[in-house]
Amino acid sequence: MDLRIDAAPIGRLEGGGPELSTHRLDNGLDIVVIPDRRVPVVTHMVWYRNGSADDPLGRSGIAHFLEHLMFKGTAAHPAGEFSKVVSALGGQENAFTSYDYTAYFQRVAPEHLGRMMEFEADRMSGLNFDEAVVAPERDVVLEERRMRVETDPAAQLSEAMAAALFVHHPYGIPIIGWMHEIEHLDRDAAFDYYSRFYCPDNAILVVSGDVAADDVVRQAEATYGRNAPRGARPVRIRPREPEPRASRLVSVADPKVEQPTLQRLYLAPSALTASGNDSHALEVLAEILGGGPTSFLYRRLVLDTGAAVNVGAWYMGSAIDDTRFALYAVPTESLDLDELGRRIDTVLGEARDAFDEVAIERAKTRLVAETIYSLDSQSSLARIYGSALAIGETLEDVRSWPQHIRAVTRDDLVRVMETYLVGRRLVTGHLVKDRA
Amino acid sequence: MSQSVQTKSGPAEIIPVVSPGGVEAWQVRSSFVPLVAVGFAFEGGAAQDPPGREGAMQMLSRLLDEGAGPYGSDAFQERLAEHAIELTFTSSPDALGGSLKTLVAHADDAFDLLRLALAEPRFDQDAVERVRAQMLAGLRYQANDPGTVASRRFIAEGFPGHPYGHPSSGTQESVAAITRDDLVALHRRIVARSHLKIAAVGDLSEAALARHLDATFGALPAKPVLEAVAPTRLVGRGTRHVVDLDVPQSVIRFGFEGVSWRDPDFIPAYVLNHILGGGAFTSRLFQEVRERRGLAYSVGTSLVSYRRTAMTWGYTATKNERVGECLEVIGSEIAKLREDGPTDDELEKAKAYLTGSYALGFDTSTKIAHQLVQIAFEDLGIDYIRRRNDLVAAVGQHDIRRAAERVLGDGAMLIVMAGRPDIA
Repeated sequence: MDLRIDAAPIGRLEGGGPELSTHRLDNGLDIVVIPDRRVPVVTHMVWYRNGSADDPLGRSGIAHFLEHLMFKGTAAHPAGEFSKVVSALGGQENAFTSYDYTAYFQRVAPEHLGRMMEFEADRMSGLNFDEAVVAPERDVVLEERRMRVETDPAAQLSEAMAAALFVHHPYGIPIIGWMHEIEHLDRDAAFDYYSRFYCPDNAILVVSGDVAADDVVRQAEATYGRNAPRGARPVRIRPREPEPRASRLVSVADPKVEQPTLQRLYLAPSALTASGNDSHALEVLAEILGGGPTSFLYRRLVLDTGAAVNVGAWYMGSAIDDTRFALYAVPTESLDLDELGRRIDTVLGEARDAFDEVAIERAKTRLVAETIYSLDSQSSLARIYGSALAIGETLEDVRSWPQHIRAVTRDDLVRVMETYLVGRRLVTGHLVKDRA
Repeated sequence: MSQSVQTKSGPAEIIPVVSPGGVEAWQVRSSFVPLVAVGFAFEGGAAQDPPGREGAMQMLSRLLDEGAGPYGSDAFQERLAEHAIELTFTSSPDALGGSLKTLVAHADDAFDLLRLALAEPRFDQDAVERVRAQMLAGLRYQANDPGTVASRRFIAEGFPGHPYGHPSSGTQESVAAITRDDLVALHRRIVARSHLKIAAVGDLSEAALARHLDATFGALPAKPVLEAVAPTRLVGRGTRHVVDLDVPQSVIRFGFEGVSWRDPDFIPAYVLNHILGGGAFTSRLFQEVRERRGLAYSVGTSLVSYRRTAMTWGYTATKNERVGECLEVIGSEIAKLREDGPTDDELEKAKAYLTGSYALGFDTSTKIAHQLVQIAFEDLGIDYIRRRNDLVAAVGQHDIRRAAERVLGDGAMLIVMAGRPDIA
């Protein structure tokens, strides 16, 4: 099979992006190679363009359960063989599931990259396991959910808030799934899902580290190149969130809570749904409002008035569909959460006056520096590029991100704040002690 | 299975640097990314907390960047943020540590802010009260977190009356009792040059580093004043303790003896730990507890090496109804390993993993800096990274047996559970 070079290698920017190259195999597999020759290590990742938000109705958690079952063997290699080989070669491996993608990775010495590709390509189409492994693995996932959520009131609040924020879109369903639906996931559900999404045309291979691009492509051709294409990329069916109208308050009360906290989620456009530079402006807004101890909310609520002991903000721009902009605050002992909420509103009301040039510049500097710091880590780079491509961004989107961040103006910040940080887009969450 | 022990596993070259003023550091030069990562550790950590003031060292570590020299807290943080300089301090039982990351272009500013934080912290009263409030909120937030309460109870049972039995983050009472004078005194005792370990990685010349070392650390007091910490051993093996929490799953901590990093048996014990419950999917506990029976999402063991003690401790979490079964499986795996040892194949594969994966810990500047500081802190020598894989490769069955005897002993464990375990 011939390989098509879709894009010439993208050159190194002045202190900007890494020197990376991209290719696409005839079967549709996208390849990104990010060289870093400092240590003899490669990070080998395969990203699939499907995540928990693509779980069929009533089968929440199937993307994540399948991710677990992907370690249970294939027609060619019995359960555990891949892991044993990785381990015997001194490699590390894992996998993760998110709303929009699922990824598998190994980190090994460069001479073992080909072996990793053989195994990973094999389980892309050859998954096969006994019924007997399904029940214990489902128990593992149920224990994972108990560990992460069932024993933690704060995690229960997060789930309830997401479910309230997304009234129609599957981002409101937890990645791990709801307990009562995980309990009924079975082999058939896993294979239905697997045969729908796991194919080379739906996958992205990202290799970073001590490798040369042409070697990677040659080895990929010999391994992944044998996976038959589906012919068309699987379709994700995603309902669009309706225009929100109602401000919502959800509350989790539990006798185990000794420290109340307040959370806010605003429905906001993502990097993919935003118009103009709204997504970049929201990145800067999160930083300027709640990015650490020099942020506006921290100064007003923690330093100046002592209303809170901690406060912060974040924005999940990396998402296919409309997403979350979040604020959180831990009140000082004497303040209840309603009063804290009013103080936050007052401070947000004054925020536009605080967007001075120095504060905007500081926020941008910190965001742009993060992209330079990320060049130091081959696994961070693999994740940045893999996740971006998996949600449908282009390499150019990633590469030009710092320039777009630098271009955000004060007017942009005011506009996105007044458009998106409004009551009808807001879900407030209270974590309180149940004193009953 | 044999492997090449010549495999390049760490950074190419570690240069010992001594500044004109006599400050020592280990340096790795790299111009791949225009940044500098620095790690450092002062001897003396939470075990130096004055009695009744547990949490003082952690509070100190959080206050060093909350105002120093001419800058109040906000001004200091602004100076860090305007150049995206990342400065953090951490406390562990035996050390006050820290790390600095900066773009090369701002290295002068970054080292100067580090100097101020170490030499001239202000401990302004408002900053002290703010950090105290944050620590108290953190303690309340985790007051009924199963993992946190299980760990706290575990060290309290394992090291009663010893500083290692106290939580580094203190208690509501002890954190409330810490005074500014306590912090000033602790700072004066600990932040000193003689036991300081430093590593710097990045795009900096040797001469530039030497200049920064003198400017940053040169004026610190020569010697720390350290309270003696008595040698101790984990007690309570063979006992079980339950912290009652109304949750559907019990967090389990289990532990036995350990071998310290400086001990000649450390490497055999490390290989043994890998076979029993180390990080890979292949460990016996992972296979038996998770893969075969679906008892837990995570299960494992790790070696803990402090200055005056060592232990092995394990972790897992399983639903209350299956705690008995889970403990039985863990107990029987430990008994099997203690009585029969690993198979030859298992031992070779463990060694292959540990030697082959060593390089994975050196793939970022920050990781390299931290590894070097840790190696220096344990006095293992600048050539340790080069020697380490040979040490692992040389471990034989007799070494494993000796380590198993010291670590697993008679197989009795100290067990702490947080939840409502359904056990007899």
